[in-house]
Amino acid sequence: MPVTTPAEAPATTRGAPPLPPRGKPGRPAAPVRRAVRRRRRIAAVFLLPALLLLGALVAYPIVFSVIRSMYDASGDTFVGADNYTEMFQDPATLRAIRNSAIWVVFAPALLTGLGLVLAVLTEKIRWKTAFKLLMFMPMAISFLAAGIIFRLAYEQDPQRGVLNAVAVSVHDNFQGENTSFPTAKARLGDKQLTKGHDGSYRTTHRTSPGNTVNLGLVGVPPKEMPPAARPAASAAKAPAADGELRGVVYLDFTPGGGGKPGTVDRGERGLPKLSVEAVDSHGKVAAKATTGPDGSYRLTGLAPGSYAVQLPANDFAAPYQGISWLGPALITPAIIGAYMWIWTGFALVLIGAGLSSMPRDVMEAARMDGANEWQVFRRITVPLLSPVLGVVFVTMVINVMKVFDLVYIIAPGPVQQDANVLALQMWLVSFGGGNNQGLGSALGVLLLLLVVPAMALNIRRFRRSQS
Amino acid sequence: MTTVRATTGPRRRMTARPAKWLSRGVIQVFLLVIGLVWLTPAAGLFLSSLRTEEANASSGWWTALTAPGQLSLDNYTALLKDSGITQAFWNTVLISVPTTVAVVVIAALAGYAFAWLEFPGRDWIFLLVVAMLVVPVQIGLLPVAKLFGALGLFGSIPGVVLFHTAYGLPFAIFLLRNYFAEIPKEMLEAARMDGGGEWRIFSQLVLPLGRPAIASLAIFQFLWVWNDMLVALLFADNESQPLTVALQSQMRQFGSNIGVLAPGAFLSLIVPLVVFFAFQRHFVQGIMAGSVK
Repeated sequence: MPVTTPAEAPATTRGAPPLPPRGKPGRPAAPVRRAVRRRRRIAAVFLLPALLLLGALVAYPIVFSVIRSMYDASGDTFVGADNYTEMFQDPATLRAIRNSAIWVVFAPALLTGLGLVLAVLTEKIRWKTAFKLLMFMPMAISFLAAGIIFRLAYEQDPQRGVLNAVAVSVHDNFQGENTSFPTAKARLGDKQLTKGHDGSYRTTHRTSPGNTVNLGLVGVPPKEMPPAARPAASAAKAPAADGELRGVVYLDFTPGGGGKPGTVDRGERGLPKLSVEAVDSHGKVAAKATTGPDGSYRLTGLAPGSYAVQLPANDFAAPYQGISWLGPALITPAIIGAYMWIWTGFALVLIGAGLSSMPRDVMEAARMDGANEWQVFRRITVPLLSPVLGVVFVTMVINVMKVFDLVYIIAPGPVQQDANVLALQMWLVSFGGGNNQGLGSALGVLLLLLVVPAMALNIRRFRRSQS
Repeated sequence: MTTVRATTGPRRRMTARPAKWLSRGVIQVFLLVIGLVWLTPAAGLFLSSLRTEEANASSGWWTALTAPGQLSLDNYTALLKDSGITQAFWNTVLISVPTTVAVVVIAALAGYAFAWLEFPGRDWIFLLVVAMLVVPVQIGLLPVAKLFGALGLFGSIPGVVLFHTAYGLPFAIFLLRNYFAEIPKEMLEAARMDGGGEWRIFSQLVLPLGRPAIASLAIFQFLWVWNDMLVALLFADNESQPLTVALQSQMRQFGSNIGVLAPGAFLSLIVPLVVFFAFQRHFVQGIMAGSVK
């Protein structure tokens, strides 16, 4: 029973029956009117649960929040816009706003860029489905699980956190072969060695080249001795040539007892890979050497004179402990990293879909004309993909503004304030001890206002798709 | 001229080919590295979940790659004996399944009404729903908490379900209305001519035809709620809290709680992963469509 003829139908919705035109001349006959009323009743029944829930739990809270945001913490006094001005004065909230801005500036751009690069590259491999599947997998899991995963990966201790394990091994490779023994020290009352202000050790008396100087240290627990360390006794007796100082740096401790302090007893092992320096009478380093597995060193090419043998401070420095990912300075980049782990697959799949629906022949034609891959990418792929890139970017901006769980989970308690973002601050102020529901509501309204452009975009996109 | 061209032509092709082959190799290696980087953190948590507390405290999980002897299921058996965790797991099920059903049913009804029923103000109301797509949950927390407090729903599973349902509806209605609107008009009119009531048309024609969209929506909605922490953090109490909330309360002593957190995280993500692998296509479509949220 069509109420309107197709010719009158306003083109509002695709495929859907159009609305009955308003202001139609003449009233319809009674049975028609009854049918219309019946239809409206049916429509109301179909819509009722949805409108009830949306009205009570979405629309009403917006109105409530706007009003509540104009009252003070207790909700008794009307304060107008005070909560909104306070937002930009309260240091904690200001930091949350600043961090949210960092998120919005970096995360969407990085994600879109990485997604684009990966999408273009995946086009060229045969196992692209498997790759996309792998990259998309993190989208399935909760922010909580992802947060736990990254909290572990970012652990400071290189024995636990994989990122610092990598950082330390890279660092050690670049720092060369030297090791250090942070606990090593001269024996108490040792007359041979004097400790410097910087933690280095130097022989108390100077010696001239051609002599042997053996330096005994204590304080290295047996389990921290490198397995490569060899007994030092035989190297300790080797005579020095002209113009060189030689000797061993050894652990002056005989396992099982029986050793004599100050001498290289049998079974006492050398301390390998330590730096040893010869310091001349002006305090300048004249020669450098590194000890071998038996602790032996040779400082060669020394001019006649008297030298002190020095073990520099970095022989005793604490080992490099990696990067403090979860410290106050890096916490936001670290959390953005975890966020990218989750969302890159999304960008990749969406951009990849756009890429596969692109006209191949345009790119082929450009290649035939001698364009290289970079030019094809820059002048053809990216411009043709720009609508998809826009969708990914806007989606990420909206998502990033609401980021909460990841920050809440990854940032350890003491640095939570350094990682704070709007949604988290809203939570903290309203429920997490702040107990200022006026300011909390204002922050909620701010979050809503920030997504209004996206809202307008959605509506415009929808209306355009309907016309 | 012609001779020059004749010589440069083939030579160019010969140099271009190995270069292309080489660059393809570089791309493969690069993507392989990226894939490994992506896999590593998750593999780390998984291996950690299989190692004892002492092993996790003294050495990195990667040592298990060369010494698999240290792996055991002890953490998992301990976790499953923990009544708090199993309770939280069932709470997660009791929250996400009813929410998914409610969202699908309510949104399908509304989507049908918006697509095929006539009533005044239809397009305006629908635009309001579109506007609600991006409304952040945060704005609802405080007012709804007060409302639920008055209704006695605060700190209960039905409260969590209601909140999730309401905030899942705009997207669900949007998706289903658009999908239902694509159904050929002739089919519906033929059904109406045959004297089918709206309910019959809805349940026997529109719902079956809308199955792909409903499947995508159901998967998206299920995962959204299963993975939620924020809403449950506020609206659930100790008795009704889902797994995410139960686990986050252990985060404060992260270092000493890996034995609980790592297997707990896997318990919570195994369901989404199974859903992911079982319904890959619907899953990706659901997420893609839901990204407007």
